[in-house]
Amino acid sequence: MKFGIVKFPGSNSDEDAFLAVNDVLGQEAVWLWHKDHDLRGADVVILPGGFSYGDYLRAGAIARFSPIMREVVAHADRGGPVIGICNGFQIACEGGLLPGALLRNQSLQFVSELCRVRVENTDTRFTNQYTSGQLLRHCTGRKGLEDCRAIELL
Amino acid sequence: MSRYRVAVHIVPRRGLLDPQGKAVADALHSLGFAGVRDVRVGRHLVIDADAPEAQSAERVVRDMCAKLLANPVTEDFEIANVEQA
Repeated sequence: MKFGIVKFPGSNSDEDAFLAVNDVLGQEAVWLWHKDHDLRGADVVILPGGFSYGDYLRAGAIARFSPIMREVVAHADRGGPVIGICNGFQIACEGGLLPGALLRNQSLQFVSELCRVRVENTDTRFTNQYTSGQLLRHCTGRKGLEDCRAIELL
Repeated sequence: MSRYRVAVHIVPRRGLLDPQGKAVADALHSLGFAGVRDVRVGRHLVIDADAPEAQSAERVVRDMCAKLLANPVTEDFEIANVEQA
């Protein structure tokens, strides 16, 4: 399986994603530049973390208009998997791949701590090997949703 | 074509917790501004744009707000001022 990892100006966990795909999963990883117009045959797209475009305006707000995002949204519309990590998740929300929006942390601080999460469903391609602990790191990580239906989608 | 200067206010929607606004309100209270009831911290943008007339300059900036400048889930915007630049 081929993984395409998008590099935006300000991405900073893109190299980690590349290593995780290559060294941990043993799968092929290709770089996708934010100005690219095709996914280079990637089956899975990873939007990595970081501070794309300096988080200007809102986290992910400017990155979503990168040329590559048009291809990523089309890929998702065809049912292709997209993994948004940290800032990549914010970009996915801004780009309309997920409902709702992310808000500033209530503490106004960058949060970097272990956070217990409850896995509600292990019958998805994203969660079938999940464990119940993960590292949480975010400055704009408070999920705000338009309505309750959106929570069910998550 | 004339050049117009359009000012926009973008603020967190009412009903959403605005932690920046709350922190500022708390600071104002501790400075003795006891009358402060609510503070919302947002952005003020000043955009210079060419347009045939003021109304269309405003319309274009509203479109910008809907597409990029404001997030309709979390933010409200209002055109604060339109003037010839």
